[in-house]
Amino acid sequence: MCLAVPTRVTQILPEQMAEVDIEGVTKQISLALVDGVVVGDYVIVHVGFALSRLDPGEAAKTLALMAEAGLIA
Amino acid sequence: MKYIDDFRDPDLAQGLARAIRAAVAPGRTYRFMEFCGGHTHAIARFGLEDLLPDSIRMIHGPGCPVCVLPVARVDAAIALATQHDVILCTYADLMRVPGSGFRSLTKARANGADIRMVYSVMDALAVARAHPDWQVVFFAIGFETTTPPTAVAVKQAAAEGLENFTVHCNHVLTPAAMRAILAGGTTQIDGFVGPSHVSAVIGTAPYDEFARDHGKPVVITGFEPLDVMQAVLHLVHQVNAGRCVVENQYARVVTAPGNAIAQALMAELFTLRDRFEWRGLGWVPNSALRLADAYAAFDAEARFALDLPRPTENKACACGDVLRGVKRPEDCGLYGDPCTPENPLGACMVSSEGACAADWTYGRFRRKAAG
Amino acid sequence: MSGHVDMSHGAGGRAMARLIDTLFLKAFGSGGAPHDAATLDLPPGRVVVSTDGFVIAPLFFPGGDIGSLAVHGTVNDIAMGGAVPHALTAGFILEEGLPLADLNRIVTSMAQAARDAGVTIVAGDTKVVERGKGDGVFITTTGVGVVPAGVTIDPTSAQVGDAVIVSGTLGDHGVAVMAHREGLEFGTDLVSDACNLNGLVGAMLTKVPDIRVLRDPTRGGLAAALNEIAQASRVGIEINETALPLRPQVRGACELLGLDPLHVANEGKLVAICAPERAEALLSVMQAHDKGRDAAIIGHVIDDPSHFLRMVTPLGGTRMVDWIAGEQLPRIC
Repeated sequence: MCLAVPTRVTQILPEQMAEVDIEGVTKQISLALVDGVVVGDYVIVHVGFALSRLDPGEAAKTLALMAEAGLIA
Repeated sequence: MKYIDDFRDPDLAQGLARAIRAAVAPGRTYRFMEFCGGHTHAIARFGLEDLLPDSIRMIHGPGCPVCVLPVARVDAAIALATQHDVILCTYADLMRVPGSGFRSLTKARANGADIRMVYSVMDALAVARAHPDWQVVFFAIGFETTTPPTAVAVKQAAAEGLENFTVHCNHVLTPAAMRAILAGGTTQIDGFVGPSHVSAVIGTAPYDEFARDHGKPVVITGFEPLDVMQAVLHLVHQVNAGRCVVENQYARVVTAPGNAIAQALMAELFTLRDRFEWRGLGWVPNSALRLADAYAAFDAEARFALDLPRPTENKACACGDVLRGVKRPEDCGLYGDPCTPENPLGACMVSSEGACAADWTYGRFRRKAAG
Repeated sequence: MSGHVDMSHGAGGRAMARLIDTLFLKAFGSGGAPHDAATLDLPPGRVVVSTDGFVIAPLFFPGGDIGSLAVHGTVNDIAMGGAVPHALTAGFILEEGLPLADLNRIVTSMAQAARDAGVTIVAGDTKVVERGKGDGVFITTTGVGVVPAGVTIDPTSAQVGDAVIVSGTLGDHGVAVMAHREGLEFGTDLVSDACNLNGLVGAMLTKVPDIRVLRDPTRGGLAAALNEIAQASRVGIEINETALPLRPQVRGACELLGLDPLHVANEGKLVAICAPERAEALLSVMQAHDKGRDAAIIGHVIDDPSHFLRMVTPLGGTRMVDWIAGEQLPRIC
């Protein structure tokens, strides 16, 4: 649901804010909804808020499953 | 774009398309509802239907908070902006939605109302801080993805004692809508492509009842086209095997418990409304939120009396049936003439995720080719 | 330069004459006498005339301002007619209260843009409206140009099989301007691509005089330009999404805000439609020019009785690319 994009955290800012980057475009967003975010993390951003961290391990697993599905067929 | 382009890889797409073709049982039709407007948009934008076999029919669900907002609530937004001296802040999606009598926020603004589009509710808060002598109302729409941000803003307003900031709350709940669709009885759905980011907030448990009690598999699905294709594949497998479980395809973002911070904020700031009117679904119990009593001071509905017209909808408008997947856009008598994205008569045509708008904007060339 | 525009600057009296002298004439030079009618000695050939109003806000944006845009826009419209631009006129509607320093900056920028295009601003007009009745300044420019022999640019002439070529990356202007729009404010070093295209067009027509259609995809983006051509020529057009030149920052900004780059305005790009056997030659002359380095063949004209624009997506599916409905707005859904 709802337009939300994975962006990379480039700076942690005061008052629960962060700067995120997607392809060189940066935006200041709120971290009020996610704990423990560090620079280098990827977060999903929706209406100016990080909603969740993105798990690179799970991403890799999902892609591998997709590749496998194509091979079997 | 990392984690975006990876999930748009053409070779993986071809592989998944092959797998789906191999998996579908001959002579069988599969009807899957993608609940979420974002998925409707992804399917349309990438021409995904070209990669799926004809036996798979994607039904566009009501997961577009703009589409399901009833005319009366749109009228309320317009009334707030025109009957009171307020700065009305809204997400851009709402600007062109038609209320009663062809009015809209865009037209109200053209007539002098102070209506401002914001990307984030925090921008509305900033307007309130900058103009302490003015009333600022944030018109809050959205499912559970968009609700926690509103909660953060109201809590912040309370902490700062921002007395000129209020929220007109139209937040709605996904599981209740899914229940209402299934209760309708007229739709035949074999399974759900479950919402991506609502699930990031609420987790996976709320969908268990659909698998357990209604016999509908649910695959919580990521936002990219490969995610949708993988979800379709897994739904086909479940249907073929007679299995009925909730799967989390979007494990890179969605965890089983969801976002605890967001859930706690929602619980603190909001209360369930007994019932709420949804465009197309009618009155649905326990399907929407209002501000909790402790935060009543920030409730625009309590602060501002509104003189609302009797809501009128075009009787020929089939938005309701389209939203429930009973009719296709082209089955509506108004579709294309006179109802188009330039001249939307119902909400399915206004938002680009609306089934009708998506079909018109991205897909109508198919029918012209055939007919 | 200090002070602000006031009502006397539009009244036709001394204050207005002083403004014209010290600001407009100084910038536009003695190539003409703005605020009189100008006599032109045009070379032989068919005359193309075009006019455009400029109301952009903010007045100053990364990569340009309303003044330079007003020159580029009309120079490019003339060039899209296949003509060599010769002269421009400029009409100003100034809002009472506009700082004269801003006006000076805008006019200086216009003069530079005109010099860059090789045209002169030969006549003009100034009016002043009360505070609140303008957006700082509105500018209307009219341009005149002459079409060289052997050139026939005609939007109705695209034919099935023709190649569709864009001169460079799409969406730069719209995204650069949007980044500074109140309520959006995202960080980017993208600048507007606004520039004069008459030099590029000249080089293109020298190599391939029988280019069929030229169009600059401004408001409404590439989608509007190609849909217009498809309708005018009564054909369909098919483009490939993977062939579209897009800067990564434009892709990123569009993903973030839910925008379609095909609907975003460009102010320094053009679309050319030519016979398929000319495409490679046209592409190489474009890529050799500094305004066409990222030129690419993005699709071709097809037979389609409905005259739709369609696009093959990176996954191999096909979807329509319609005109945008209303203003392009960021979305939450």
